Amino acid sequence: MIKQELFSLKSVYREDMQIYGYRFGQGEKTACIVGAIRGNEVQQLYICALLVDTLKNLEAKGAILYNKEIMVIPSVNHYSMNIGRRFWPNDNTDINRMFPGYALGETTQRIAAGVFEAVKEYQYGVQCASFYMPGDFVPHIRMMETGYHNTSLACMFGLPYVLLRKPRPFDTTLLNYNWQIWNTNAFSLYTNETDRIDASSAHLAVSAILRFLSRMGVIHYNGHSGYISSVLSDEELRTVKSCAGGIFRRLVNPGDEVTFGQELAEIVDPLEGTVNYQILSPTDGVIFFAHHNPLVMENTAVFRIIKRMHI
Amino acid sequence: MIKTVVSVELPVDERMEIKKNRLQPDVLTGQEKRICIVTGIHGDELEGQYVCFEVQRRIQQQRERLKGIVDIYPAINPLGIDSITRGVPMFDLDLNRIFPGSEEGHMCEYAAYQTIQDIIGADCCIDIHASNVFLREIPQVRVSEQTAARLLPMAKQLNVDYIWVHSAATVLEATLAHSLNVRNVPTLVVEMGVGLRITQAYGKQLTDGIFNLMIDLGIWEGDRPKVKEPIVSTDGQVNFINAEASGIFVPCVQHWKHIRKGEHIGDILDPLNGEILIRVSAPCDGMLFTLREHPIVTVGSLIARILGGVTVDD
Repeated sequence: MIKQELFSLKSVYREDMQIYGYRFGQGEKTACIVGAIRGNEVQQLYICALLVDTLKNLEAKGAILYNKEIMVIPSVNHYSMNIGRRFWPNDNTDINRMFPGYALGETTQRIAAGVFEAVKEYQYGVQCASFYMPGDFVPHIRMMETGYHNTSLACMFGLPYVLLRKPRPFDTTLLNYNWQIWNTNAFSLYTNETDRIDASSAHLAVSAILRFLSRMGVIHYNGHSGYISSVLSDEELRTVKSCAGGIFRRLVNPGDEVTFGQELAEIVDPLEGTVNYQILSPTDGVIFFAHHNPLVMENTAVFRIIKRMHI
Repeated sequence: MIKTVVSVELPVDERMEIKKNRLQPDVLTGQEKRICIVTGIHGDELEGQYVCFEVQRRIQQQRERLKGIVDIYPAINPLGIDSITRGVPMFDLDLNRIFPGSEEGHMCEYAAYQTIQDIIGADCCIDIHASNVFLREIPQVRVSEQTAARLLPMAKQLNVDYIWVHSAATVLEATLAHSLNVRNVPTLVVEMGVGLRITQAYGKQLTDGIFNLMIDLGIWEGDRPKVKEPIVSTDGQVNFINAEASGIFVPCVQHWKHIRKGEHIGDILDPLNGEILIRVSAPCDGMLFTLREHPIVTVGSLIARILGGVTVDD
């Protein structure tokens, strides 16, 4: 394992921030895994830390194949993580909306440029990602439909689902999108948690990455075969919104199978404790995403259900 | 006439409401032109608040001169303005990156959708931004290259100092202005002043321009205010100066002044060691139209923009 400084930034009163890449094996730039880009992505940091530990052991056993190089970047934004902020401390910008970056531009553009320079020539790119709305997912691989995407490869992770979605204008500055534009097969890996550690889904994510590396001929690793992934498009997901604001009492979890008319959650009057509304399932299916904050606004997407899917 | 454009229930005994005030003649013919004045998409940009007030104050003084409809939306992001937050609290995306929104989307996307629907059909829209808290800007209109031919004549009416014709970026396709322009509502983006502050002189200057434009549109009858002839430039003429050290930036020039190549703009200081880390100098002759307001800089922070090769009377 080689620990390499990829980017360094000076601050006025804090210690320099260094972004490190951990390299395993030698030769072709084959796979790059990126962890926490936002300051609350603790689960993503943890997944990469576990992965570094595992790859260290695998490398010691000679399990990384000839002429294959893997790089893991566990943390891009610990300046924010160390002070409990999600975005860049100084100007609140999101590094994951600055790619491919600009080396002569503003601070987060420079960080993005420094990271992108290090990650851009890999054949496969995996970002342990988080969503812009608070909630829990079933573990899945997410890809953007850029014309360069390859869902067959995404199935090699052996996670239950692969979600393919159309990029929106603001997606064009994401790492995943730019990776694809620069000919890297890019995947975003989502687990149940972001700002807390969920050990079981973190281990599931590490296993999925190792399974993928094994199937792509990068490492020797005899792991469980995982799932034959179901490939979904956005159209196959039904969004369920809250009809009112209040206390959100969730009755089902991601991965649960639900039936038409089943009660999914209750909205409780925050001052008087009465159940004001019941949120009912508009379809048979499987819960893909579930809101997890105890409070909810009106019109919030509280569930996404895979329509007419059975476990 | 106050109308609620968007209303969403928050968790505990409150609604988030986006409101507008409509001013119109007492008797309508059905042929009235309509202008929309929109501000407060970013909760830390307050310059437009004064413009909303001043436009209404002047209309109320001479109500009989109003021949069209003026819709004023002072706070598209009311929760952000109230909490001194640029974005919408508890929502990660920039509100001005999710237009045209979605009727089925999250609360913010729903609010964006309803706002667009309310504005569609207007003859003109002015989306007033301040700079953020870091930079001070002269009053300017920004238009994209694709819309320049259509929008420049209107932009020149607005009494701003400068019109920046910028290249297109995909990410900007999700702004309010782009979403309205593609829906046949000519929309001008104004940037002026600095975040979290109100520069009354800029507000009055822009208000004069809005009345000038309203006269052109047949919305207002009256004497034309004297308006400035703005400088018009493209990206190629704009030079960026970014911090090459982290420290405390102290300027030694004034904003919107002519500057010569090599002239001293300011210093980046290290207060712990009592040292000047970097002397910041102008890379070209021109007008300093953006200047850093917030002193703390990290490597890369924008310090200034200079419009190269331009001279105006100071």
